[in-house]
Amino acid sequence: MGLKRKDLLGLKDMSREEIGLILDSAESFKELLGREIKKAPVLRGKTVVNLFMEPSTRTRTSFELAAKTLSANVINISASTSAVQKGECLKDTVLTLTALGADYIVIRTGMCGAPHFMSTFFDGHVLNAGDGINEHPTQALLDMYTIKERTGSIEGKKVLILGDVRHSRVARSNIFGLLKMGAEVGVCGPPTLLLKDIEQLGVKVHHNLDEALPQYDIVNVLRIQLERQKQGLFATSHEYYEHYGLTNSRLEKNPHLIVMHPGPMNRGIEIDPAVAESDKATITTQVTNGVAVRMAVLYLLLGGESNA
Amino acid sequence: MHNYVLKNGFVVDTVNLTKAKKDVLIRDGMVAEVGENLSADETIDCTGMLISPGLIDIHTHLREPGFEHKETIETATKAAAAGGFTTIYAMPNTEPPCDDETMATFIKKRAESVGLVNVEPVGCISQGRKGEFLAEMGGLAKAGVVMVTDDGSPVASANLMLLALKYSKAFGLLVADHCEDKSLSGKGVCNEGYHSTLYGLHPSPKSAEETMVARDLILAHEADSRIHIQHVSTNWSLELIKQSKGLGTKVTCEVTPHHLTMTDEMLGSYDPNCKVNPPLRTKEDVEALRQGLIDGSIDCIATDHAPHAREDKEVEIDIAPPGITGLETAIGQLFTELVHTNIISVEVLLSKMTTGPATVMGIEVPEIKTGKKADITIINPEKEWTVDPKEFYSLGKNTPLAGKKMKGKVFATIVSGKVVYKDGKIG
Repeated sequence: MGLKRKDLLGLKDMSREEIGLILDSAESFKELLGREIKKAPVLRGKTVVNLFMEPSTRTRTSFELAAKTLSANVINISASTSAVQKGECLKDTVLTLTALGADYIVIRTGMCGAPHFMSTFFDGHVLNAGDGINEHPTQALLDMYTIKERTGSIEGKKVLILGDVRHSRVARSNIFGLLKMGAEVGVCGPPTLLLKDIEQLGVKVHHNLDEALPQYDIVNVLRIQLERQKQGLFATSHEYYEHYGLTNSRLEKNPHLIVMHPGPMNRGIEIDPAVAESDKATITTQVTNGVAVRMAVLYLLLGGESNA
Repeated sequence: MHNYVLKNGFVVDTVNLTKAKKDVLIRDGMVAEVGENLSADETIDCTGMLISPGLIDIHTHLREPGFEHKETIETATKAAAAGGFTTIYAMPNTEPPCDDETMATFIKKRAESVGLVNVEPVGCISQGRKGEFLAEMGGLAKAGVVMVTDDGSPVASANLMLLALKYSKAFGLLVADHCEDKSLSGKGVCNEGYHSTLYGLHPSPKSAEETMVARDLILAHEADSRIHIQHVSTNWSLELIKQSKGLGTKVTCEVTPHHLTMTDEMLGSYDPNCKVNPPLRTKEDVEALRQGLIDGSIDCIATDHAPHAREDKEVEIDIAPPGITGLETAIGQLFTELVHTNIISVEVLLSKMTTGPATVMGIEVPEIKTGKKADITIINPEKEWTVDPKEFYSLGKNTPLAGKKMKGKVFATIVSGKVVYKDGKIG
């Protein structure tokens, strides 16, 4: 049993059944990761290329570990050390990797829709590891897996996504995925960091964090890039922390909350270090689960021939 | 063919908005007679065809000089001929830009030697399109230019725009503007709204266009000058223009075939060929623009033909240059989406591509009448065809309409009595 699609481009176009299948399969892969010998021959003889046009620690390492655990040949390419620096376009980079025998290309890029563009001329499997402000499907999958593991189910859970929703591919993939799996989703931030017509996606919009928090079971804190302050999207990081930071006092007032963060964190800007390291937080568990979820995706795409 | 007759077609009167079955006799580049049962040495059978005054496109990018890998004057005029346009106005964003008499004269001369249709250069507002100092408008006018714009690089300084609106009056030039406040549009690729949010594309708000439309209207009013708003794309831009017209501001505006027929929903393909500036807007905007065409608040249709090379567009949508190649699909698209759906009559549509643009540019309104120059477009309204960019005469194959089934096609194009395009063939 696999996915009936060639690529994982985003959760926007995925069905509840497909997402459910990935989350279920991830459970057995997590079990494998707990064994002494972490190896399965699922992708033996296959080549997985991690094509990373933007810096990344956890996503790249996670995909690499997932592929290696499944016995694939893994190649890592980053923009700064590749012919991209010489002006090579994405199409030629991908055609080169195709000629070198890539079966999967995992792409991280600042360009929205680049994985979709690639999938039109790459016959192998494209995995979106984050494209611009669009989607980061495996992050949302690992977030959902973590919710399911921690609370038993996703259905009916209330999840608040907090912060720079406007520029967040993590937020967007989480919104698509969580809604499909039957969760309720809210977003909270100053209007300058939210998206126009976002309520039409089926989410509730909040600008006041203290009013919003009691209404939710889980808060997913997004990283705030300091560059956004320079763009004038909020006044100062001091003011941001005061109004939208997940502080210890806010957590104490809402002890029922589970705290998630996709990383990397800005301690003291969007989240209190004490919150991040508390037993309410799932931040490191999310990282561990990421490997299992990515193994599941790599495995399940193997049988898929064309995009559903 | 110095003496021939267009037989059995419907001659469209784009001034009085009527049509009648008549023959048209053409002799020595002129319309010699319009009537019944005319004959000549040769005959072009126009049974079932519409015979319209030659179409005029006041917004095209010919790319020459400077970007000949995208398009040349020769290829663009072939595309124009195939699309039924007998006169096209060339935007000045070439390299070097058309900002003085020498450049405008060069384009005219070049078009005379290699062009199939009439080419009229449009000049710049500012030197080098840099938005700093006024271009030599006197020289441009001397070379025959009638309109100036910094198209693509809108004049950011309100003061320079006001000066341009005043200065241009000395030479009888029309100032036109591509209205876009770049501080608002930023990296925008998709109209800001539900679809940009759904697709995760950088949003470009409507206010980027509307605030500059408002500014220009106010400045034109103050300068008591004419202003032409290029490619209007939003409902509110149009409302502002209507209001200003009511207040006596001398404003005209154009709309593109793509803004009349396509919406931002198409960006979901992430296809760089859907990226255009201003971006495709919402269904409500499209409805308002169609209404504006019918009620007369929009003066004309212009293609904003923007050809790009394959390598320019075969990249991620964020870095692809905006633009759609439009000359060869305009009539098919407009007939398919607006005429055959009974939204707009053939007479109104064609008047917006003949009388409309001629009035905006202040040139003689084309008509099919005895003694008039024989610039004529013959359209087969029922012809069914499929868009195949490989068949374009334009070097630019960048269209989101590839593979689309159309109904309505240009059958022949006649410039000064010469048949420059007929039944799929140039010349």
